[in-house]
Amino acid sequence: MGLSSRKGIYIPFPQAVPCSYILNMEDCLGNNPIACGKCLEVCEKEAVNYDDQDEIVTREVGVIIVAIGLAVYDPTEMDEYGYTRFSNVITSIEFERLICAGGPTAGNFVRPSDRQPPKRIGFIQCVGSRNPKIGRPYCSNICCMNTIKDTLLLADHYPDVENVVFYQDIRAFGKSFEDMFQRSKEAGTRYIRGLPGDIEEDPQTGNLIVTVENTTSGGMERYELDMLVLSVGVEPPEDLAKISSMLTLTKTSDGFFMESHPKLKPVDAPTRGVYFAGFCEAPKDIKDSVCQAGAAASRGGALLNAGQIQIEAITSRIDEAACKKCGLCAAVCPYAAIIWKKGEAATVIEAACAGCGSCGAACPFGAITMRHFTDDQLIAQVRATLAENPQDKVFVFACSWCSYAGGDMAGISRIQYPSTNRVVRTMCSARVSEEMVLEAFRCGAPVVLVSGCHYADCHYINANRQTVVRVQRLWDKLEKAGVRPERLQLEWISAAEGQKFAQVMWRLEELRKAVTMEEIEQAREALKRKPKKVARQKTAAAAAG
Amino acid sequence: MAADRTKGEIRVGVFVCDCGLNIAGAVDCTAVSEYAKRLPDVVCVVQNKYTCADPGQNEIKDAIRQHHLNRVVIGSCTPRQHEPTFRQCVREAGLNPYLMEMANLREHCSWVHPGDREGATNKAKDLVASAVARARFLEPQEELTVAVSRAALVIGGGVAGIEAALELADAGHKVVLVEKEPSIGGTMAQLDKTYPTMDCSI
Repeated sequence: MGLSSRKGIYIPFPQAVPCSYILNMEDCLGNNPIACGKCLEVCEKEAVNYDDQDEIVTREVGVIIVAIGLAVYDPTEMDEYGYTRFSNVITSIEFERLICAGGPTAGNFVRPSDRQPPKRIGFIQCVGSRNPKIGRPYCSNICCMNTIKDTLLLADHYPDVENVVFYQDIRAFGKSFEDMFQRSKEAGTRYIRGLPGDIEEDPQTGNLIVTVENTTSGGMERYELDMLVLSVGVEPPEDLAKISSMLTLTKTSDGFFMESHPKLKPVDAPTRGVYFAGFCEAPKDIKDSVCQAGAAASRGGALLNAGQIQIEAITSRIDEAACKKCGLCAAVCPYAAIIWKKGEAATVIEAACAGCGSCGAACPFGAITMRHFTDDQLIAQVRATLAENPQDKVFVFACSWCSYAGGDMAGISRIQYPSTNRVVRTMCSARVSEEMVLEAFRCGAPVVLVSGCHYADCHYINANRQTVVRVQRLWDKLEKAGVRPERLQLEWISAAEGQKFAQVMWRLEELRKAVTMEEIEQAREALKRKPKKVARQKTAAAAAG
Repeated sequence: MAADRTKGEIRVGVFVCDCGLNIAGAVDCTAVSEYAKRLPDVVCVVQNKYTCADPGQNEIKDAIRQHHLNRVVIGSCTPRQHEPTFRQCVREAGLNPYLMEMANLREHCSWVHPGDREGATNKAKDLVASAVARARFLEPQEELTVAVSRAALVIGGGVAGIEAALELADAGHKVVLVEKEPSIGGTMAQLDKTYPTMDCSI
């Protein structure tokens, strides 16, 4: 806010941990005796190091607790509130600095334009929250109570100030929250139900003119205020995407981390051994963050105490006798868990294999068995599902982590869609081989969907890139066989996207209805498995003919 | 011993769960059970009120013993919820847990097709048929046990990260706390007073 200055070497705040000085490298002039170097001169312990560098530290751990917090909404885009135009419009986080004894004004609450104590202070709620127009439909959870707290602080420090709070709903649902809300009202704070449409500044005084429709009384009201605090919402921290891809985590539609189960596993990440604590999982206040942190520590501690973990028996096995030593499997393994040298049969490092099944789908010679997700098992499912009236069914391959879970989410949320779809679960969409898809068409499926995690969110590093490669190859094959490629669909649906899962099923049902019996029969014939020799003879015959 | 049961004849038991009215409310579970009886290698079909409850699990265990089942198909909820439950259940009856397969009749069927009893029932039949077809090819598997490194990493030194790190450390675990800022404290440290106690944030 430009209210005070900071030196090039400073302690972040009085209670900082560790309580040591840091150099602001943007302002520091460095160890140059002509320019500066003063801090080095006075530091008896010689702790100043101008050339300190980042370093990579490696530690082996058994559990990870993700507690990366939040980011605060920047209200610049909501120009109607004048945050960038009027100096006396501040955010709630700036308010904290102004009221804090350790802040730039030593806790003397003044307004930025003239550094005078304001007498009439307004608060606008839900700035960046519960606002689908700006892509923030969720409630930030903490802003109502934070504003109530701010009004009580002001009333306590400056009994003659007038506080006005503009709100759409006050959510004071926690233990002793309602009591605080009542105390705020008793202290004289006025609560006006309605969010201002427009703010103007009186250029002479720097005061702010707020026009608002009071939805309780139904009338338009006008307030002249000395200062306006935007009660800004919160959003996922900027590092969330980075951590998410590092640990193969999933996000909800609000952008916060998705837990394993909304009720039964609220602190577990879908990746085993990873737990969430605090805001990064969903907006929550300090008490709830502390509760969740305790739960995460308890869950992680149980795993550490057990000292071992069972790995699901879904890993890849290579039949050395059947292996033709081509190396395709090693090339598609995201974990480098397959060892292959030219001229040698490939082998799997079981402890490194995560069981995505991409190698199984890639092997043209049937030399790879994906335990518990074998070709035989999956092909049997395709055939059994489409044994009767296949023309009435949309056949779906869904990956366990995201798309299948997205289907579960649709169920939990009771989002309805046509009952024509039939889902077969694989661990990863990369497990789906070309043969499985072709078999579905041979069995008479009008429409086949291959669905996986969003491209960057694959739970097997990047195995779903192979899904794309295979589906594209299949589209080519279908086209060449005279089958409409649209009949094979590819979709990315996350575990949180129950709504999207349902939408996709509605869309595919429309697509299914448009597929004629003739088309289904044509595809059955055109995609028929042909013994290679016969095919060659036919080609030769055709060429001769 | 578990592996022996998979040799020779395949004997599938199918258990169709009403889940109270969660499944039976939208799906004709009796029709699904009747249909399952005609599926290949199915030697026993049981309809349960609540398969995951003790009486339901006991019925599975009894049927495994009585009918010498070597494959089990449970038409109930998502495997993402109860697969561990039912794997443990069949294990207790002497069957390798990987010889159990689930058909998702709840999240993927009854809960999403409440107004379409015929469609939902047809779908449930197909889901059970698919699970039975798969079950006939299931093989016993042994899980690999891997040691867990006895240390924890906490990413983020805000109030949640600090609390989690302290809890783990108090329980005797080695903890590495990673924070990108020069001081721990996170967003909470930027606040003056905090609700509902109105005391300092740090």
